[in-house]
Amino acid sequence: MSVDTATVTKIASLARIKVSEAEVAAMVPELNGILAWVEQLGEVDVTGVEPMTAVIPNTLRLREDAVTDGGIRDAVLANAPAAEHGFFGVPKVIE
Amino acid sequence: MTDLTELGIADIRSGVAAGTFTAVEVAEAFNAAVAAAQPALNAFIVTTPEAALAAARKVDTARAAGQPLGKLAGVPIGMKDLFATKGVQTTAASRILEGFTPEYESTVSQNLWNAGAGMLGKLNLDQFAMGSSNETSAFGNVISPWRRPGDTAPLAPGGSSGGSSAAIAARLCPAATGTDTGGSIRQPAAFTGIAGIKPTYGRCSRWGVVAFASSLDQAGPMARSVQDCAIMLEAMAGFDPKDSTSLNLPVPAWEAGLNPSMAGKKVGIPREYRLDGMDPDVARSWDDGIAWLKDAGAEIVEISLPHTRYALPTYYIIAPAEASSNLARYDGVRYGLRDLPDGAGLQDMYAATRAAGFGPEVKRRIMIGTYVLSAGFYDAYYTQAQKVRTLIARDFELAFQHCDVILAPTAPTAAFALGEKSDDPLAMYLNDVFSVPASLAGLPAMSVPAGLDRQGLPLGLQVIGRAFDEQGVLNAGLALEQRAGFTAKPAKWW
Repeated sequence: MSVDTATVTKIASLARIKVSEAEVAAMVPELNGILAWVEQLGEVDVTGVEPMTAVIPNTLRLREDAVTDGGIRDAVLANAPAAEHGFFGVPKVIE
Repeated sequence: MTDLTELGIADIRSGVAAGTFTAVEVAEAFNAAVAAAQPALNAFIVTTPEAALAAARKVDTARAAGQPLGKLAGVPIGMKDLFATKGVQTTAASRILEGFTPEYESTVSQNLWNAGAGMLGKLNLDQFAMGSSNETSAFGNVISPWRRPGDTAPLAPGGSSGGSSAAIAARLCPAATGTDTGGSIRQPAAFTGIAGIKPTYGRCSRWGVVAFASSLDQAGPMARSVQDCAIMLEAMAGFDPKDSTSLNLPVPAWEAGLNPSMAGKKVGIPREYRLDGMDPDVARSWDDGIAWLKDAGAEIVEISLPHTRYALPTYYIIAPAEASSNLARYDGVRYGLRDLPDGAGLQDMYAATRAAGFGPEVKRRIMIGTYVLSAGFYDAYYTQAQKVRTLIARDFELAFQHCDVILAPTAPTAAFALGEKSDDPLAMYLNDVFSVPASLAGLPAMSVPAGLDRQGLPLGLQVIGRAFDEQGVLNAGLALEQRAGFTAKPAKWW
């Protein structure tokens, strides 16, 4: 499978990365080169093979259903580019 | 007096404990070396001389009071700038995190401070650890202290832990943390003539480590000797309930267990790693390694890892897929850069922030990852890659029925010059051909210096072990190290 300008524009939009037309044009052959190369995986016979889920067998642990931290609002907000009144600030999202 | 910057972890630790020199003297010597080299090598993104001194004073005070000293008491180290350090900028070498000052400490770095280590600074790296040459950092290239004789062309220190490798080779720090997703500890170690080990996936906590590809990311030590790697890995590793994939196992006494005898051990030589057109120096160095391990008492057996050639394409689906998910968090809301064009809405802000904050290689991988996970392509790419990953891990399991460790080159060539491969992503990716398979299988693997190639540049040998068998890897590494007798170091030009 190969990607065209429209597909790359769509991927960039899904990935929330603003791209110019020139950037899209440069990305098309680059991504196609990489995709053509990874497509050789298609030739591997994977009949009956389970996709890997954990590289080292491990069990997911459950912890006590208890509050272990909190009350650190200022620390949580300390690195926010726009924090106001104890909240993360974002542009208006409701018209 | 001895030049303290020539000492490794073990010598610093014993010298401080014995009172031959103080921890403050050691920190001062390394702080001075860091400051003097920074303009030329750019190994650090920020330096923290006061943190190194503060930790050293604590150790000297503890020693004076007769208190027990930690495993790394008085040892100043470099911290790859992928580990969150409380109160010290943590960037992953990306503009999107410039100025980010964590309110918390990563588990691995905290473990190191608890063991008595001090921080010289935050080491440069490829942006989000995506790269093999350190050229994707937003804070400038790291320059290797190594040069080809009679040539001043700047060489790559390897990547992604290129600040770590350059700093250790240049004697700016005795050891440093690295992280390895597809070879990011081993390849830079090989390029700069130092040692480094990636432990079994889950040995070192990922908590507080900026995430790249979570099913592959694993921290490990880089230093100039196998013993130093063992000491530091003991301090870094350990169960951490805050990391869901952390191994709930005791940390073995790897240093005490070091034993260079390979008697009764079988060393596997994977025939698929013998590539057509292999660099003759790399092939010769591999043969040297085989002879050294035989000399140490090992039996050499040929093994087969039939899916080796599919490891890189598998990696370049899985790692970007995980990266595209992990990096979704950089949205300009909670931390890091925000680019808010006039009149922009929330979605526009996300897109503008990420366009301005991520470098080209990071964008490329996010795009690939987004594509292979998107509706209609998920099974063809991602599920297929996870199935092939199962086969790659199975190859190793079967091989380890016939051998105890595997010996291979670390990288296909010695260090290349900056700019030599940066225009062609695929050529750069091929640098990880020998390191990626062990990463995909979660296995412990280390690189040790093996000698110099015909240009006078270091080559590394890689030892891959069974899951949880860091000891076997370290022991084979020690057997190689003793026989390689690698003493070369870069001539100081910086």
